[in-house]
Amino acid sequence: MMTESRLKKVLQSGNFAVTAECGPPKGADPEVIKSKGKILKDYVDSVNVTDNQTGVVRLCSLAACALLKAEGLDPVLQMVTRDRNRIALQSDVLGASALGIRNILCLSGDHQSFGNQPQAKGVFDIDSIQFVQTVRTMRDAGEVIGGDKLTEPPHLFIGAAANPFADPFKYRAARLATKVDAGAEFIQTQCIYNLDRFKQWMDLVRDSGLDSKVYILGGITPLKSARMAEYMAKNVAGMDVPEEIINRMKSVPAKEQRQEGVKIAVETVQALQAIKGVHGVHIMAIEWEDVVQQIVQEAKLFPRPQV
Amino acid sequence: MITAERKPISEIKEMIAPYKKILVVGCGSCVAECASGGEKEVGLLASALRMDSKASGKDVEIKEMTLDRQCVYEFIDQLTDVVDQYDVILSLGCGAGVQAVAEVFPKVHIVPALNTTFIGQTKEAGLWIENCRGCGDCKLGFFAAVCPVTRCAKGLFNGPCGGSKTDRCEVDPDVPCAWQLIVSRLEDMGRLDLLCKVHPPADWSKQQGKGPRKIYREDQRS
Repeated sequence: MMTESRLKKVLQSGNFAVTAECGPPKGADPEVIKSKGKILKDYVDSVNVTDNQTGVVRLCSLAACALLKAEGLDPVLQMVTRDRNRIALQSDVLGASALGIRNILCLSGDHQSFGNQPQAKGVFDIDSIQFVQTVRTMRDAGEVIGGDKLTEPPHLFIGAAANPFADPFKYRAARLATKVDAGAEFIQTQCIYNLDRFKQWMDLVRDSGLDSKVYILGGITPLKSARMAEYMAKNVAGMDVPEEIINRMKSVPAKEQRQEGVKIAVETVQALQAIKGVHGVHIMAIEWEDVVQQIVQEAKLFPRPQV
Repeated sequence: MITAERKPISEIKEMIAPYKKILVVGCGSCVAECASGGEKEVGLLASALRMDSKASGKDVEIKEMTLDRQCVYEFIDQLTDVVDQYDVILSLGCGAGVQAVAEVFPKVHIVPALNTTFIGQTKEAGLWIENCRGCGDCKLGFFAAVCPVTRCAKGLFNGPCGGSKTDRCEVDPDVPCAWQLIVSRLEDMGRLDLLCKVHPPADWSKQQGKGPRKIYREDQRS
């Protein structure tokens, strides 16, 4: 019998969903993925696997998803259009479905100039919205780009990203509408530190009626230190870390800053639960996967629903 | 115009090292406009090479010539009577010019002195910016005359990526975010509706589908 996306079932049953991120290693060792999977299993509904994030070569997302699937997790395959043309993307979409992967997050990807292959040719044959539309058409119409029929469509729950903090702000909700029109069924947002601005964005989202058309999962990244907060505020594109968050991190001694970061994360998760139209959280604890258990427990989102 | 930049002198010297009689050939069109391959630049490069050969005690003859256009046969033909007198042509034309001259004189060794870079505009004195990729399927009408293929680092057709902040591109903060420009211009024009529809995947076959492109027009043949 065909398995279904656990993420989709959790969201459809009205539960507040929890997903987490799992970054593959810079090497061929499958145990790294499996041990991260073990830490996250039971504490989250689904696990996103990043696709050569920041343009750095890592074990491939599709293989890592297959490893997690075999360990009983529900992986979300992240795929970027930076590295593959439409032939390769559509082929990998079919391969993912054949391997039992049931969720995909369609992204354009961090520009190659940021990574360890800055001389690479960026493909960008299609963009993230066109990719969403392509996967949706493959699934629902059973067709690839150009109209050729598939013998069997891919079975995937289709997601996209949104950044409520990037400019031009007013246009961000319109862009989300375009992603939904293209076929996105769930959205994972950029890390939220500026709750006020996120709430403003959600106002725009609700005004456009988008909250009833797409599941929105708010992005959470626990801060490890005041320095990390400052670094992200200054150096990470599209990231909004307000001064008050940086000051709060600075106000505690260095060795307690990790716990302060977790506290902020838990408070943000709880604040998001109270916002109408937010259907879950996506926890991106970069190389700090074991903190996910603590955040999920302290936010009283454990145990996860059986669906 | 087609823009170009002169290669480092060391690279040029290495290419012409085996030769004694050198004809430096400029082009009076695009590369003259962007101050890399016009008559003036031909003079400067030829002088530099003469001084260098003198300093190193080499017996080298360097002559100069600038064609109005290096990519059109009628102008290239001006080289026909002189080309046999030289061992090499050092071309300050763009890549199209170098290849056009080579095609007319298949037995002559021709080497480039420029790196051809992009189709662009003279933004201000001494500043040229790339704004067209020659994709063969112009969609500027949808995008307030700002080309997302060229001016967005990711070539996105459907809105900005998540990295644009305070009007700047995340890849190079010196460059304005093309999508910020598109959105604000369309807003000023009251045409944000143009961004509501999903632009389908581009037809790149018009750019590189079957290798090098050609334009063939019967009405121009006779």
